[in-house]
Amino acid sequence: MPLRKEIQYLPDFRLSPRIDQVGVEERAARFTKRSIKNESKKDGLRLVLNMIDLTTLEGKDTEGKVRQLCYKARHPHDALPGLPAVAAVCVYPSMVKTAKKALEGSGIKVASVATAFPSGQAPRDIKLRDTRYAVANGADEVDMVISRGKFHEGEYNFVFDEIAAIKEACGQARLKVILETGELGTYDKIRRASDIAMYAGADFIKTSTGKIQPAATLPVTLVMLEAIRDFYNKTGKMTGMKPAGGISKSKLALHYLVMVKEVLGDDWLTNEWFRFGASSLANDVLMQLVKMETGQYQAGNYFSAD
Amino acid sequence: MATAKKPVRKKTTAGKNTLRVSLQTGWTYDPAPESKSVARIDKRYELFINGKWEAPLSKKYFDTINPATEEKLSEVAEAGVADVDKAVTAAGQAYEKTWKKMPARERAKYIFRIARMIQEKARELAVIETLDGGKPIRESRDFDVPTAANHFFYYAGWADKLEYAFPNRKTEPLGVAGQIIPWNFPLLMAAWKIAPALATGNTVVLKPAETTPLTALKLAEIIREADLPPGVVNIITGAGATGASLVQHPGVSKIAFTGSTEIGKLIQQSTAGTSKKLTLELGGKAANIIFEDAPLDQAVEGVINGIFFNQGHVCCAGSRLYVQESVAKEVIRKLKDRMASLIVGDPLDKNTDIGAINSRQQLDTIRKYISIGKKEGAEFYESDCRLPGKGFFCKPTLFSQVAQSSRIAQEEIFGPVLAILTFRTDDEVIEKANNTPYGLSAGVWTDKGSKIFNMTKRIRAGVIWANTFNKFDPSSPFGGFKESGYGREGGLHGLLPYVKLIS
Repeated sequence: MPLRKEIQYLPDFRLSPRIDQVGVEERAARFTKRSIKNESKKDGLRLVLNMIDLTTLEGKDTEGKVRQLCYKARHPHDALPGLPAVAAVCVYPSMVKTAKKALEGSGIKVASVATAFPSGQAPRDIKLRDTRYAVANGADEVDMVISRGKFHEGEYNFVFDEIAAIKEACGQARLKVILETGELGTYDKIRRASDIAMYAGADFIKTSTGKIQPAATLPVTLVMLEAIRDFYNKTGKMTGMKPAGGISKSKLALHYLVMVKEVLGDDWLTNEWFRFGASSLANDVLMQLVKMETGQYQAGNYFSAD
Repeated sequence: MATAKKPVRKKTTAGKNTLRVSLQTGWTYDPAPESKSVARIDKRYELFINGKWEAPLSKKYFDTINPATEEKLSEVAEAGVADVDKAVTAAGQAYEKTWKKMPARERAKYIFRIARMIQEKARELAVIETLDGGKPIRESRDFDVPTAANHFFYYAGWADKLEYAFPNRKTEPLGVAGQIIPWNFPLLMAAWKIAPALATGNTVVLKPAETTPLTALKLAEIIREADLPPGVVNIITGAGATGASLVQHPGVSKIAFTGSTEIGKLIQQSTAGTSKKLTLELGGKAANIIFEDAPLDQAVEGVINGIFFNQGHVCCAGSRLYVQESVAKEVIRKLKDRMASLIVGDPLDKNTDIGAINSRQQLDTIRKYISIGKKEGAEFYESDCRLPGKGFFCKPTLFSQVAQSSRIAQEEIFGPVLAILTFRTDDEVIEKANNTPYGLSAGVWTDKGSKIFNMTKRIRAGVIWANTFNKFDPSSPFGGFKESGYGREGGLHGLLPYVKLIS
């Protein structure tokens, strides 16, 4: 696999920077001390809404369900005019065509999970076909999973080559690489997997499938943001970040924005480079925005479930 | 349908591969000031002697100001020689008549009560600490006040267990302890001093620093409310002359001083040849050492906290950074990136990371050292932040390419100024780290456990942190080697300076 032009040589991934658990957790907690009030809260919440990948990844997903979700993506809450739309709708490959049609002309992207999501336990040719199928059906973005088993076995070349091959199969579609951090066990390994993914061609690195606990946390995301920063400093190439799973409250989402701003800067503070993989977060953001507008919290029933 | 406002992406002018972290552009944080309304500050404070507020016999008062605005907060009494005598006499009588005779578990109850009352008034104390001293409210709220309460809790527990602290020995209190504390952690230092003295059965005359007397005076209110017998704790305000009279007073059996090495030496001279027991906690110039195998991002965070915590007004601040040469460039870049996200400004704002320098005098000292550093040819860098128009503020600053022989690497600056030096081998860095008249603290950053033990064994410093910095706990002793002083505060060791061991 030829290396991308920005990368002069590959590092030895066994030597990826070590992470001190106590230190990184303390640093992550520090971001939660920032107090976000008034206009900056309102602006932040609108930004969060605009960064959400509205997601449905269930065995029981149907075209009807996906169409409803797509309508919600375009019209998060029409009772409050002027709201931004979400960034993307994230579905299984079989639902890409439906989502694409339902989102036509909206500018909202269709993201498809692929590569035998969520376990990734399938031969490479099946993963490649899965990817090509999603892209052929119109996916703008592909969310792949890495082979965690191979990663734990120390087969970093295997993991690297697989990501590079999927990237090639993506063509114009942007590739998000899911590390499934909840299965990696340590921050050291999360950092190493982040480095492998970026050097292999990831456009985004993503924490979790949402099927495994723990999913995204602030310290895990911080480790990945620092990997993105170091990679950028070495290669000049920006990589996006997507924490997914477990972020359902506005306040927590704002802490994430603070962290992105203070680690990577404003350039990353757009949905081109930062996403939230979440489904219930949108309604909490809407509830907060309505509260800021009207001064009152409305009951959950005022916000559409799908 | 509403579409997203397309975010404008400004092109960086500094070229590729340069992050633009700035808290002044793009999505910014609105001011989030803590309310001042909880803080009740009187127009004038008298001396707290024998459980009462007494006007000074000196008839003199001085102003205490808010260093962030230069506005007067209050005026406090200046204790003269006669006032000091009155306070020491009150403490002596309280010692003989009540405190010495009181069963230890009863003493403990009073100390527990003080601890709980500090917790109850935590918010007010934090706001006043920030107003009077300039430190960010995040620190006074999350560090100073809770740690002060913890210190009282901890020593309250020891009061009736001294026989376990010193097995097979009997202990006796010393009498009246004269205690002089600095302006960097006013309430916390008062707690460090008063709690062990009371637990061991001594009575106290405490003098807070002249720029930050208010929380100690608030503590006097708490002590009064806690119904401590009159005279057990006396708090008198004043400057150097007041401190000198306290040190020289024959009724004082023990002096505990935290402050500069210069004054510490004078105190040592003045107590020489007397029976006064002395502990000194003085200056420092801590080495913070980063090895190439360290977790660099966390090390950088530790360095940032080590030098910029409390505007660098910390005697154990990690003011000398030793970086192994192979990672020096990367560490310096990461430090600069991190400095870009430090907010300097209104100490009462909950988002402020670095508040006001404690006094104009201290700001002048810091500026003097910054110009010395520039003259010495070190590479100067300061963070790109806006400073408020009024008050005493200093941008977080670092000097790289510093030589071991530079003054900014040898002398204590006591401000947000970091000197960065490089090294190649373990032996070299140990030699350089120890090449200082001070020996209060040090930090070691490495992923290798054996290296940590090698370093901690060979570095001559009272406290050595490994893969962390500036961590304090009441159960952990703190104190220096060499010109950083002697005696320990905190933990079981912190009891020893306040007792006589007999039989």
